[in-house]
Amino acid sequence: MSLRITTATAARVMLQLRRDPRTIAMLLLVPCLLEVLLYYVLDGQPLVFQRIGAPLLGIFPFISMFLVTAITMLRERTTGTLERLMSMPLGKLDLLCGYGIAFGMVAAVQAALTAGVAFGLLDLQVAGSEWAVAGLAIANAILGMALGLFVSAFAQTEFQAVQFMPAIVIPQLLLCGLLVSRDDMAGFLQVVAAVLPLTYAYDGLERVTTTGFDSTALRDLIVVIGATLLALALGATTLRRRTP
Amino acid sequence: MAAEPAIAVRDLLVRRGGVDVLHRIGLEVSAGTVTGLLGPSGCGKSTLMRAIVGVQIVASGTVTVLGEPAGSRSLRARVGYVTQAPSVYGDLSVRENLRYFAAVLGTPPERVDAVIATVGMDAFAGRVVGSLSGGQRARVSLATALLNEPPLLVLDEPTVGLDPLLRRDLWETFAGLAEAGTTLLVSSHVMDEADRCSHLLLMRDGHILAAQTPEELRGETGEDDLGEAFVRTIERWETEAAR
Repeated sequence: MSLRITTATAARVMLQLRRDPRTIAMLLLVPCLLEVLLYYVLDGQPLVFQRIGAPLLGIFPFISMFLVTAITMLRERTTGTLERLMSMPLGKLDLLCGYGIAFGMVAAVQAALTAGVAFGLLDLQVAGSEWAVAGLAIANAILGMALGLFVSAFAQTEFQAVQFMPAIVIPQLLLCGLLVSRDDMAGFLQVVAAVLPLTYAYDGLERVTTTGFDSTALRDLIVVIGATLLALALGATTLRRRTP
Repeated sequence: MAAEPAIAVRDLLVRRGGVDVLHRIGLEVSAGTVTGLLGPSGCGKSTLMRAIVGVQIVASGTVTVLGEPAGSRSLRARVGYVTQAPSVYGDLSVRENLRYFAAVLGTPPERVDAVIATVGMDAFAGRVVGSLSGGQRARVSLATALLNEPPLLVLDEPTVGLDPLLRRDLWETFAGLAEAGTTLLVSSHVMDEADRCSHLLLMRDGHILAAQTPEELRGETGEDDLGEAFVRTIERWETEAAR
């Protein structure tokens, strides 16, 4: 692993994003607008907004980074730039960390803006610190990035990559406890939910909402980080130097 | 004793999708030469080049490059490889692409403008690659491989679709590099480029039919035109194979 190559890769990914201002605008504005939408949808049930406002803002970056990374890495695979990089003195970790740093920074801005809207304008309140919500949002973004990177190996086209969103993200959203409490789900679904990383992402955010960043939330964060490392390790195995 | 060859391939068998693409072929490429790998599309040129660069999974045989097994870690900075499809970032400018690859290779940034000039892209250095023509993109891809001045360059059809003047300039660049000691393996499917090479490898259906200099090929076939000479070689090879 080389610091020079990692930072160059992060800078290159940022530069590519900058060339696409519409994507940046959507990455940054859509979560804010959705948070506002949610506020008015729950106009008659303000308590529900207070319950799910923070978890949702912490989960947006997971979804957007999953999609953006899956597509960017797929392009890297299909345009031959990945093969070129793999024939150069670049370590797989350089590439993975470069992506992580670049998308982590975008996620930080995204989380900060959405948090600003939710806490500043929409009067969202959490028992714990607003910073903990933003911090968990960034961790979730990097988890989304790692999963997107891994699944990009299983898509041949961008159409396929986009379909991983309903296939991999939506089930996790349904099962994590955000929409329905997990206790009300069928027993076997509770078991499934217990092995899905977004469940822990949600639990951590829920904990900060109701009690604060305590040892339970810390455990959830550690699970999220562990799942991220696992997805990155699996993703690294899909970056092959030799192909058929 | 001849110097150690830059590339030595022995009994190379490559299978793709259950079909033999390279049939236990053997060849050598001498250091400091411009060796043309010529043959029709689909004959296995790209697969052979991928095996030499070490990105192709091979079934059996050995490929030795600069004295080491192809694909060795230490070769990654010493072999420049340009694929047929330009592998550069379409959403970055010419200069940004080269700056990134220079950083990956650990090449001083000054080399960026030098290689842009070598491939004649000075006027387009600030342009986003996605807005360039296919030939221009191919030149950016070629420039990337020239960045760190590797001792071996493997170039897959680098002159396809280029302006004739530029093609001539590039072949002169290749000759200059070879004079300075670089080994070049350049594939092409147009025979009029064969005369630009000091050595030729003629390929067909996953076999190497001949490994000669252009003069030897002319002498042996009695044909002055290298395209005709290639046809004679194929005919002779087929009669021998039928026997």
